[in-house]
Amino acid sequence: MNILKIITEIEKVDPEVYERLDQRRQMFKHFAGFGKKVAVAAVPLAMGSMFQKAYGQSGGLSKQIQDVLNFALLLEYLEFYFYDMGLKSAGLNSGLTGQNRASINTILEDERKHVAFLRSVLGSAAIADPTANAFDFTGAKGGKRAPLFADVFTNAGTFLAVAQALEDTGVRAYKGGAPLLMSNNTVLEAALNIHSVEGRHVSHIRTIRRGGPQAEPGNPQTMPQSWISGNDNGGPAPAATAAVYGPGNPASMFPGEENVVQAGINVQGLSQVSPSEASEAFDEPLDMGTVLAIAGNFIK
Amino acid sequence: MSKITHKTPEAENAQEEVMVPLQRRSFLRYSGAGLALTGLVLAGCDDDRLNDIFKKVDRRSGLVNVGSGDFGILNYAYALEQLEAAYYAKVLQNQYYLNATKAERIILKDLADHERIHAQFLKAAIKAAGGMPIKDLTPDFSSVDFANRASVLGTAKAFEDLGVSAYNGAGKLISNPAHLTIAGKIVSVEARHAALIRDLIQFGTFVGPDVVDPSNGLEKSKSPAEVAAVANTFLVEGSKIDVSNLPKD
Repeated sequence: MNILKIITEIEKVDPEVYERLDQRRQMFKHFAGFGKKVAVAAVPLAMGSMFQKAYGQSGGLSKQIQDVLNFALLLEYLEFYFYDMGLKSAGLNSGLTGQNRASINTILEDERKHVAFLRSVLGSAAIADPTANAFDFTGAKGGKRAPLFADVFTNAGTFLAVAQALEDTGVRAYKGGAPLLMSNNTVLEAALNIHSVEGRHVSHIRTIRRGGPQAEPGNPQTMPQSWISGNDNGGPAPAATAAVYGPGNPASMFPGEENVVQAGINVQGLSQVSPSEASEAFDEPLDMGTVLAIAGNFIK
Repeated sequence: MSKITHKTPEAENAQEEVMVPLQRRSFLRYSGAGLALTGLVLAGCDDDRLNDIFKKVDRRSGLVNVGSGDFGILNYAYALEQLEAAYYAKVLQNQYYLNATKAERIILKDLADHERIHAQFLKAAIKAAGGMPIKDLTPDFSSVDFANRASVLGTAKAFEDLGVSAYNGAGKLISNPAHLTIAGKIVSVEARHAALIRDLIQFGTFVGPDVVDPSNGLEKSKSPAEVAAVANTFLVEGSKIDVSNLPKD
């Protein structure tokens, strides 16, 4: 299954999915000059029924919310199958042991719950389970090109590097999607509640990668801090992971992780800190198209 | 019309509350009371603006009101970031930090920088958008033993987890998507902090059942009232926050 097939799946329930992928236009179309309070006052009955139907009844969810949640669901499947295949791989038995293996299992179970939760919210509008067969975590797209991570399931270092890239991508994806969920408080809050869990996951994976909490950080590619510093020099494997830390589309709205200007304020100058410190204090959102392109490296 | 009905409680409050000099009551007296208020409302003055004009510390309760609307949410975040920034600044000057491992010192220094950046940024952003930041809050860390690792890291864990749950609970109360994005940019960094502090205390506890609901894998939110009750135990009288004017849903 490739990205286009997945979008086609979404398209079956939403013919306008391509237009909805343009997030900025949607955001301003729905929210510019249109305060939420006014909306509530204007259409109390419609809003009320929407909240009641937020869980388990997709009929109460707007197409835009269904699209964002299906997008999130795809990413959760990606993460779930990644950890599931990794933990089942004999090639990682010796390299991923003890607390590290237990932690990866904890994360796997969180992703499994996120999949179940999103499916319950989407109901019949949820995309089909792509199954493990849809993914190729070597990045070879099922043999169509040279692998990016040939030893992902035999080398714990590679496995954790890919885990970091996937989780950091997930954090950026949920952050980018949140404004598109503002019309439904229940769904928005749930998405934020998943977003921060992904942030905790990647903090831990980064901590494992540098050798545990008592290891001093070094090269951001091999011994990263638990947060993103600058653009982490492109991340664990820059040729394949630079996009995870780079700008989205449009870059003015989705800058790279090295960004130090927030809400028009240069926080580096304001707080008299280094560019890396200024960038570390803020994570950046990413648009759906860029996230799908990154995820596409692991989809056949 | 919804704006006018929304302002009615403000007019009532003006009659009831005891204000410090130059606060709402005197402003109303000098400018023609209800007429001025009506004028502001008809001019489309929003909640936040009105609240800023009548910025107040309630003299009876001694509480710092963070305000209403998006500026209220931003001030609420600013209050929490002030608390965190003050905490780590004090950690860095005391005995545990000075004797900590190098890795721990690097982490705590980073956290001090990040939280100071968050606080200074929020203050500047509120001003830049035309709002009025709350005053500098005076913390009360008398319950913390700054020479003791367990006390310092345990309190750090409490602050970081509280911050994440606060942003998660406040997101849905925000009206402007740009403000939601700002909150989102900060909360995931707080989540990274929280996970690392937990891992320092006990490796592998980055998503403990006290913060992430084991039934669905979602982090637990806290309402502003729940958060303020905890935050206020670390603030002196006169610096405790009142979040009662924030949006409720």
